[in-house]
Amino acid sequence: MNDALGSVQSALVIGGSSDIGVATARALAGRGCRRIVLAGRDPDAMRARLPSIHDAGAAETDVVPFDALDTDSHESFVEDVFGRHHDFDVVLVAFGVLGDQAKAESDGAAAVHVAMVNYVGAMSVMVAAAKALRRQGHGVLVVLSSVAGERARRSNFVYGSSKAGIDAFAQGLADSMVGTGARVMVVRPGFVKSKMTEGEEPAPLATTPEAVAEAIVGGLGSGATTVWVPSKMRWVMSALRHLPRPVFRRLPI
Amino acid sequence: MPTDADLASVPPEGTDPEVRPSPDAANAGAGTRPTGLGAPRAGGGQHLPPPGGDDVLLNGWGRTAPTRARRHVPLSADEVGAIVDAADRRGVIARGLGRSYGDAAQNAGGLVIDTDALSGVLDSDLDPTRGRGSISVAAGTSLDELMHWLVPRGWFVPVTPGTRFVTVGGAIAADIHGKNHHAEGSFCEHVTSMTLRTGDGETRILTPSGSPEEFWATAGGLGLTGVVLDATFDLIPLETAFLTVDAERAADLDDLMARMVDGDERYRYSVAWIDCLATGRSLGRGVLTRGDHAKLSDLPFQRRPQARSFKPASLFSVPGTAPPGLVNPLTVRAFNEVWFRKAPRRRRGHIESIPWFFHPLDGILDWNRLYGPRGFLQYQFVVPTAAGETVRHVIEKLSRAGTASFLGVIKRFRPGNPGPLSFPTEGWTLALDIPIGRPGLGPLLDDLDDLVVEAGGRIYLAKDSRLRPELMAAMYPRLDDWREVRSKLDPAGVFRSDLSRRLGL
Ligand SMILES: Cc1cc2nc3c(=O)[nH]c(=O)nc-3n(C[C@H](O)[C@H](O)[C@H](O)COP(=O)(O)OP(=O)(O)OC[C@H]3O[C@@H](n4cnc5c(N)ncnc54)[C@H](O)[C@@H]3O)c2cc1C
Ligand SMILES: NC(=O)c1ccc[n+]([C@@H]2O[C@H](COP(=O)([O-])OP(=O)(O)OC[C@H]3O[C@@H](n4cnc5c(N)ncnc54)[C@H](OP(=O)(O)O)[C@@H]3O)[C@@H](O)[C@H]2O)c1
Repeated sequence: MNDALGSVQSALVIGGSSDIGVATARALAGRGCRRIVLAGRDPDAMRARLPSIHDAGAAETDVVPFDALDTDSHESFVEDVFGRHHDFDVVLVAFGVLGDQAKAESDGAAAVHVAMVNYVGAMSVMVAAAKALRRQGHGVLVVLSSVAGERARRSNFVYGSSKAGIDAFAQGLADSMVGTGARVMVVRPGFVKSKMTEGEEPAPLATTPEAVAEAIVGGLGSGATTVWVPSKMRWVMSALRHLPRPVFRRLPI
Repeated sequence: MPTDADLASVPPEGTDPEVRPSPDAANAGAGTRPTGLGAPRAGGGQHLPPPGGDDVLLNGWGRTAPTRARRHVPLSADEVGAIVDAADRRGVIARGLGRSYGDAAQNAGGLVIDTDALSGVLDSDLDPTRGRGSISVAAGTSLDELMHWLVPRGWFVPVTPGTRFVTVGGAIAADIHGKNHHAEGSFCEHVTSMTLRTGDGETRILTPSGSPEEFWATAGGLGLTGVVLDATFDLIPLETAFLTVDAERAADLDDLMARMVDGDERYRYSVAWIDCLATGRSLGRGVLTRGDHAKLSDLPFQRRPQARSFKPASLFSVPGTAPPGLVNPLTVRAFNEVWFRKAPRRRRGHIESIPWFFHPLDGILDWNRLYGPRGFLQYQFVVPTAAGETVRHVIEKLSRAGTASFLGVIKRFRPGNPGPLSFPTEGWTLALDIPIGRPGLGPLLDDLDDLVVEAGGRIYLAKDSRLRPELMAAMYPRLDDWREVRSKLDPAGVFRSDLSRRLGL
């Protein structure tokens, strides 16, 4: 159960090998979260991350298979993991692909892949997870959106549009969950130095998986519905949102 | 056994119906209803199907961590049984007036039995000549209702907490203590019998001598052994609805503790309020108030004809939209300063009403809203008498961290009872309200817990909303004994609450 101060005792990380997901698992474990389950495509990669989560304080950990593209399996995946592990105070949706923007601009299949993972896959598993949380009458569904979804950019609008989709879905879902005891929290990081962005030039205000994790822990404590990382991003984006298109298009971002 | 005629010969004074406040606007049951006791409805033997119940968000008095449950308001013992039997793996828990601060009376995704309709006096045996009385009531009866019934007849509940708006079921499940603990112990020490609907389909009558294990597992058992349907307990005779109170100001914690150790035995009721923001030499300064029920002869002549009239007044209600941050170190410091200066250095034999002496906050409806949308918590612990220094360390740490707390309440407990989860043990107990919102509060309270455990003390679970489960066994060394009895009474584990999940009970 989450306590009066928003500390949680159990978490399910979907996209369990994600750098941000693992960093969050560790941060939660360091604050009393004793049961953490990682779900993802690559069991070995996830298992390799377990010791650090253990060391941070989680007594009970597990790894379960999950593929964002196999949407038919999502409902039974959620039912199984909730059935086997009982309640989850937090479900974190952390999987995602950046995709190859240049390729996706000419290869429809590449663009569809990004949308299938980031939007369709996330939406599908969130529907199932929201159902489970509603039934248990408590818990927080946390989803990693991105500032890229805030306003589509020339340089990564395929990824950006998939994030815009899941962000809009999550906001609506959040409203639908009011009164159920469960809630949704949307996390919008800027550039995070992780596997996903390896080899890319860090953007201004670049941050780390650990900083995102801390922001998530903070948001769980304060009951926030939206978390920006770094928090300044919120103001940067609200300025950028109002730039005229021709100016925005030419920005080196 | 007195007949109705006997009861009628003790005319109740001042039993005007009054509206009782709801625990929280968002989760109140029927909301308000008159306190006049109707015909007893518990155990009525009616065979009504359990009503469908309604989905509600529930939280405790601290208004933190709300969760959704299906609430039923059974009208009879049979309906209680039907609801208990219908519980699935998310379980069921009883809920009285929701005055526990944390998550003891809520059950996310499961069933909640609201005892609101299980109310009324079932039987009474009042013998004023021998000064002994006892009463049997349905478990949802509130102490407020009881006082309206009892006081005009010349009797009082054996133990009252700082609010009248608790049920007898809640009083048993938390084994509540009052200002008379040092002299008369906790609530369950006055209970002679209770009826418990357990998870194995049985309805058991528990007494301290006939079924000590089950009785004491239920005392302080936070509803996890079953639903208390009714209880019989002893009463205190009184001549008036007033108390004679001695008050004295103490300059610091040592002074305060010394005065308490010295004089408590002379009083039935004793409690001290301390200013938790005072630092340095005046750390722990406070006001000690002690007293007993006033005799008729203690009252001025003009008050004697209405000596047992019991008419608590509600002053005002806090609106549902109190702004956040109203309770902060500045407002609290100012309040505490005025309050301390205003207290008499020493005053003897002051006459105070029951509500004023016992339940000063009940005059302000929904005062918990003062703490704003994020709510608050109460930190209450007890440490052995020899560990008075721990009390000082806790106050020091809190005041250094600038954690706003109105007044802390400090009191001495006598040795506890056999209840493995019953909170009171011999020593010092300190309780303070803390608003939620200040960063670092969690780790700070975790540190305080460690101090308390080190000193051999424990946290009061009925007030808790954030304790780490791994400290439970150290704080309640007989936890495993309790678990054993509980698994006998509830083999399938149908009784569950958010608190039991959080603390792994
Ligand atoms: C202003 C204030 C002052 C207080 N002062 C004191 C004090 O001085 N001393 C003290 O000891 N406590 C004090 N308390 C705490 C309060 O007395 C306890 O939390 C009490 O249990 C509340 O009773 P309730 O009817 O509201 O129960 P709830 O809060 O609804 O429930 C409390 C527990 O009792 C269980 N329960 C309720 N009814 C039944 C039943 N019929 N059968 C089985 N289990 C049941 C619930 O499952 C839950 O575990 C205070 C609280 C407030 C708000
Ligand atoms: N890094 C950033 O700059 C940034 C900024 C804002 C938002 N985000 C978002 O934050 C989340 C976490 O990203 P990250 O930075 O931690 O990157 P990451 O380490 O690359 O994590 C992404 C994870 O998604 C998993 N994944 C990809 N396709 C999957 C599929 N079909 N099924 C299941 N899992 C799949 C990958 O697992 P495999 O091991 O199976 O490949 C990978 O571990 C993502 O949603 C991302 O979009 C990232």
